[in-house]
Amino acid sequence: MTGKERIARRIAREFRDGFYVNLGIGLPTMIAGYVPAGIDVMFQSENGMLGVGGPPTDECADPDLINAGKQPVTELPGCSFFASEESFAMIRGGHMDMSILGAMQVDEHGNLANWTIPGKMVKGMGGAMDLVAGARRVIVAMEHQTKDGASRILKECTLPLTGQRVVHDIVTELCWIRVSDEGLVLTEVAEGIDAAEVQARTEARLLVSSDLRVMSVDGSV
Amino acid sequence: MNKVVQSAYEAVADIVSGSTVMLGGFGLCGIPENLIAALVERRVTGLHTISNNMGVDGFGMGLMLEAGMIASHVGSYVGENRRLEALVLKKELDLTLIPQGTLAERIRAGGAGIPAFYVPTGLGTVVAEGKETRKIGDRTYVLEHSLNADVALIKAWKGDRLGNLVYRKTARNFNPAMATAAKLTVAEIEELVEPGELNPDHVVTPGIYVNRVVVGAAYRKPIESKFIQSGGAE
Repeated sequence: MTGKERIARRIAREFRDGFYVNLGIGLPTMIAGYVPAGIDVMFQSENGMLGVGGPPTDECADPDLINAGKQPVTELPGCSFFASEESFAMIRGGHMDMSILGAMQVDEHGNLANWTIPGKMVKGMGGAMDLVAGARRVIVAMEHQTKDGASRILKECTLPLTGQRVVHDIVTELCWIRVSDEGLVLTEVAEGIDAAEVQARTEARLLVSSDLRVMSVDGSV
Repeated sequence: MNKVVQSAYEAVADIVSGSTVMLGGFGLCGIPENLIAALVERRVTGLHTISNNMGVDGFGMGLMLEAGMIASHVGSYVGENRRLEALVLKKELDLTLIPQGTLAERIRAGGAGIPAFYVPTGLGTVVAEGKETRKIGDRTYVLEHSLNADVALIKAWKGDRLGNLVYRKTARNFNPAMATAAKLTVAEIEELVEPGELNPDHVVTPGIYVNRVVVGAAYRKPIESKFIQSGGAE
């Protein structure tokens, strides 16, 4: 099992029947493939759809039916379409149970940076700032370190923020970290990893939960 | 009442250089392909564009950028257009990036006669710099102003000569809001139907917002991305 798959499987276990969830582009999109059996989750795509289904076959791809990553998707029974202002009214208005996004940096205060590198990358925030400001629970799903081995979980973000004090949980291939008023609390570690190893690979200071558990990634809740 | 014009070129014939132009679409989905092509043919310049994205290199608004028609742009995500990134880094184009929901609501407000409103989005980020903030209840909000334009170029699926419009699937996106927020709204449609054929319960954009209707031809509708099951976080 790859690290990304482990992250996707673990986060999927947080879903409860009846949840409305927005998945960010990239790794978070994978989570849709691991929804536990017996649970109905409605995925929202901020370009204007609820009830997003999986990818179509090449012949069935419809250019008028895409997700926020501009990839062709399919309709699930009971899906609906709406305009952008309506889509963000439901996001900003607190109607999404969960928003799961990737990150470049997260810090001890729950600050998130994932949209720009000044002087280097001009892309834009898309809907990320609205999602973190409006969703009931914001989960960051990302690989623990950069490709160069640098920590992405910092004392303070150095890149321009997407949102201030907006992240509730951070999930990586190594661990689950809960953002609390006291700081970052390590609540779960991947099998074969201990708290000391996670801390060694993390710039931010981690408080270890008295109830530290092994991260479960099997399909059933 | 008949708002139908015969060609995309005719539909954009009086748009002048320096205009502020809203363009509907999300990525390449639901963009007014024919109106963009006609505008590129006309070679107006110095346009101030408002659109969620900037097309891609070689298609959609990317064609306007390559023709040197755009002086400034307001949008939320332009990551699929390398040329734009290069122009911005060289400071040859004035780009303003704003959160997508704020963009949509600023346009909606523009069409609804609401000059400004408060949102939680962007508080504590560069987006809120220089803007008025206000604590309401236990949360602090950022004041955002409405957006209007001289022209809105939008894309719908079916329409009638009165300008009533319906959209198809996720090609709706920014089009209905933009239809309400400009002095001149031009709607490109795929199919013209007789008044009464659209179920009045299903009309998304009532004709009052639309000045011109043109039937588009030869749609290309490229799909930007393949579905990749294991993407990276970046």
